[in-house]
Amino acid sequence: MSAAAKIDPREALADGLAAALARVWPDGAAVEGVKRLSGGASQETWAFDATVGGATHPLILRRTPGGGEAAKRDTAVPLATEAALISLAEKQDVPVPPVKLVLERTDGIGEGFIMGRVEGETIARKILRDDEFANARPVLARQCGEILARIHRVPRSDLPEIQTSPAQSEIEKYRAIYDGMNHPHPVFELAFRYLQDHLPTEEDMTLVHGDFRNGNLMIGAEGVRAVLDWELAHIGDPMEDMGWICVNSWRFGEIDKPVGGFGTREDMFAGYEAAGGRRVDPARVKFWEVLGTLKWGIMCMIMVSSFSSGADRSVERAAIGRRSSETEIDLLNLLSPRNA
Amino acid sequence: MQDQPAAHDLVIAVREFIEQVAMPKLEGHAAFHARVAANALAIVERELAIAPAEDVNEAARLTGLLGHDGSLRELNEALCSKIHDGNISLETPGLADHLWKTTLTKLAIDQPRYAAYRRATAETAGNGAAS
Repeated sequence: MSAAAKIDPREALADGLAAALARVWPDGAAVEGVKRLSGGASQETWAFDATVGGATHPLILRRTPGGGEAAKRDTAVPLATEAALISLAEKQDVPVPPVKLVLERTDGIGEGFIMGRVEGETIARKILRDDEFANARPVLARQCGEILARIHRVPRSDLPEIQTSPAQSEIEKYRAIYDGMNHPHPVFELAFRYLQDHLPTEEDMTLVHGDFRNGNLMIGAEGVRAVLDWELAHIGDPMEDMGWICVNSWRFGEIDKPVGGFGTREDMFAGYEAAGGRRVDPARVKFWEVLGTLKWGIMCMIMVSSFSSGADRSVERAAIGRRSSETEIDLLNLLSPRNA
Repeated sequence: MQDQPAAHDLVIAVREFIEQVAMPKLEGHAAFHARVAANALAIVERELAIAPAEDVNEAARLTGLLGHDGSLRELNEALCSKIHDGNISLETPGLADHLWKTTLTKLAIDQPRYAAYRRATAETAGNGAAS
């Protein structure tokens, strides 16, 4: 009987996982507690435990939705590539969940990979406010700098095939989306102008995580335990990762702590340089913070268009359009601060 | 002239119905979406109260910056193309002030609890008291 014929999809998935894990543990692993954590258009995340000879291994499966074929995705890397990147980062001492195996077609449970399940917290509001993380908060910005330095030194020659996204092409991509919305935003126009006038050179491109921020960092009482969600990884300007984590939207109200709402740019830059990263160029980091803020503002406009077109008529979708003004004030604070 | 209650008061009545009557009876996703709906109506309330006067002020500032008349949309489009072409920049007297005022008005309507907005308006109030 094929796995797909079973009535409970979790049971079929557990059988498929156990069969695949025989490549890691030839004596057999008992798979238990299969639980879906999240699912989106591009991938699903499941938690489960594998028990091998009395020892329990907490694991995570990331796979294609419904275990089907991978959809053609615009910017996200394929899951097998994500697994390869995580392993390359691990070699540079980046804290990551260790990859156990990459699924094969014959496993019959979709494309994806299995990795260790790191315990901790990803929810920014808890990390920024709960007592449990009081000792972690002061060290997080420096740790983020150290970790980014290690990510950026993954040798280019080892990388799997991933997109190269220099600043100019990123600007053009968002310019085309903005123009397509046909709604004037003078502040966004000002930001585009700034970006064109401060375009960084394209030399010295490295592996860039692409979504290094609150939500994708697993945090424990002592600090960063793992860097997650490598699906937007690309080759680009290493300063991009440091600009993105400073975007005000990731500060969750802690606006005086630019790095993720928990620390200072100076601490992050010091950690980056101390860990062997290249010399930080604060003006270039600011360029990417402006672009990141503008991207988030334009994404809010995209939400409006999917509401107006009828693709998603939910109130939630409609209301998020009224958050692009948040990014306008963030951009004005960056480009034309009132106390300057 | 339309009859009473005014649109603004009708919207308040619907928001209060959602918050006080409907929401306590809802759970999970439906309760969450009801909260989002009440917040959306609060945006409409603030827009009805704030936008009529502020749209006039915005148009007056734009006319001053651009040197010509037009609808609010035409004026904003004209400003966008001048910024795009570099004919108006932050060095142009009045541009920074106009963009700040316009954006603060948007936030007063959309997200008055946003931390950066509260900071900016507190600064304005503080400067006003000091001067």
